[in-house]
Amino acid sequence: MKNPSLKLYAVAYLIFLYAPIALLPLFAFNDSKVIAFPLAGFTTNWFAEMWADQQLFKAFGNSLLIAVCASVLATTLGIFAARASTRYKFPGKAGILGLIMLPMVLPEMIVSMALLVVLIAIGVPLSIFTIILGHVLICTPFAVAILTSAFQSLDRSLEEAAYDLGETPASTFRLIILPLVMPGIISSLLICFTISLDEFIIAYFLGGNQTVLSVYIFGQFRFPAKVPAVMALGFVLVCISICLLTIAEYFRRRGIAKTGGKDTGGFL
Amino acid sequence: MTFSAEKTNMIEFRDVHKYYGDYHALRGINATIKAGEFFSLLGPSGCGKTTLLRTIAGFEDISSGAVLIDGKDMANVPANIRPTNMVFQSYAIFPHLTVEENVGFGLRKDPRSKDEKARAVAEALEMVGLKGYGKRAAHALSGGQRQRVALARALILKPKVLLLDEPLSALDKKMREQMQVELIKLQRQVGITFILVTHDQEEALVMSDRIAVMFEGQIAQLADPETLYRRPASKKVADFIGTMNFLPAQVISDSGATVEIDAAGFGRMSLSPDQVMRGDSEGGPTIGLRPETLTILFDGQTASDREVFGTVEEVVYYGDMTYYDVSLPGAPEPMRLSMRNVPGRPVLDRGAQARLGWSPGAVVLFR
Repeated sequence: MKNPSLKLYAVAYLIFLYAPIALLPLFAFNDSKVIAFPLAGFTTNWFAEMWADQQLFKAFGNSLLIAVCASVLATTLGIFAARASTRYKFPGKAGILGLIMLPMVLPEMIVSMALLVVLIAIGVPLSIFTIILGHVLICTPFAVAILTSAFQSLDRSLEEAAYDLGETPASTFRLIILPLVMPGIISSLLICFTISLDEFIIAYFLGGNQTVLSVYIFGQFRFPAKVPAVMALGFVLVCISICLLTIAEYFRRRGIAKTGGKDTGGFL
Repeated sequence: MTFSAEKTNMIEFRDVHKYYGDYHALRGINATIKAGEFFSLLGPSGCGKTTLLRTIAGFEDISSGAVLIDGKDMANVPANIRPTNMVFQSYAIFPHLTVEENVGFGLRKDPRSKDEKARAVAEALEMVGLKGYGKRAAHALSGGQRQRVALARALILKPKVLLLDEPLSALDKKMREQMQVELIKLQRQVGITFILVTHDQEEALVMSDRIAVMFEGQIAQLADPETLYRRPASKKVADFIGTMNFLPAQVISDSGATVEIDAAGFGRMSLSPDQVMRGDSEGGPTIGLRPETLTILFDGQTASDREVFGTVEEVVYYGDMTYYDVSLPGAPEPMRLSMRNVPGRPVLDRGAQARLGWSPGAVVLFR
């Protein structure tokens, strides 16, 4: 950082990254229907309007349900895959893992179109359930990636020691492996939750008549009068995200302190 | 170092083979380990000693043969039921538990009351010298302390056999020597059969009642430390355990009762049958002499047995000991010998003439 222009670049980059988010609370509390400067005055009306919007609550509820189901399912699948890939040797392992990781780089558009065609062809009605299916598909690679690194750092002799001391493979998993990979599991749940919550294309394609938050917000932008309430909603979501990240980071650091590991600084 | 005949066999290997794919890791192991014995599996890395230990614990299946513990065939007996416990090379201390929880881990299914279990844990910790450490976080312990926790955790279950997989290799020299003594004492105290895997010959000699030296998946020699050192069964064993000088020899006569040989540098001698190691004929008949069986004789000293003359080629001074390389006329390589530095005994310089005392009784012949 000796070069002043580099410093300038870094600052400009951070402003570019966070200034739009900083505008959210600004306009969420601004007493004007128009999103523009100068600010007109302080109001909490937009929050009241948001609070009164039944459709929004429905969409939010749907999103929450989908995100919780998708993250739990994807993380569970991820645990199995990560365990298998770090502990066992079997034919076709590299190929299978490659196929699991593929949706990470596959355009979501293709995934959702393919899913839509298949679901309609076999006659599954579009619903929250079908969105969950789609989200599990795209979240699982992230879960596998996060959990594989957690399982990899596990000393194999810990398992053998527990087994040697009389535990069964199942109780060894519960008493030793699970607590030690817990930070990884929490990370995976959180990432999958976030991916699912703000996912748009699959939710839009596979939702049928069920609306989720991202699709709802996008729809609201068609009505200029609704935009300030969306800003208020955005502000609430930012606050929730910060809370969740703080909680996750707290657990991660506590996990590291408890097992005496070195903090690598990274959230994942 | 003695064990009486009435002691029962604790472990029995019957023609144990282990393949990893095409790799033949264990090649027909036959051995018995007595109850209450401190037994070591010694060999270089990759010789199969850890694999053999893990077949006792139940972590490795065997390809053919049988492993018996206390007379029972262990085929189809999983590791969590076997009457063995293991101290791992990495100690495998559960990092998310306290010292107490680690030591008491194996008591989870024990029907005893909570208080009794706590007492057992406290006793185990006291036994390994960690009294009062129970509430500490396991990850905050030093290497030596982890070692002790691993020992306490394994011994609290009162196993028939304690398996130790290179338990001291991660410790520094001083700590290692201290732990060696403590392990011997502990073994005498609890009377449990200890089986130690090590690549450190000194460690094996110091600690064991008996040692199995392994090379390439086979037991090369199974004997007590003294026999192993004084009468190694092959040049390879002799070379792995301590230092040995090798010289070519010619067999003049072999009556069975005595073997007459002519060895380079040392001349003719007759050896008794227990000094003759048969089955290692590679490179022709060879004699072996340990460095401390050769003595430099100073003025006025007479040899108790025989003498040869040589020239000092190299002097290495170690404080308590001096190592010399002495070349003998007729011997292809100089002899390594060691002398204790006692008061009044000079240290010879390079190039000096040396008179060496030796005894045919210290010689082994490989043929």
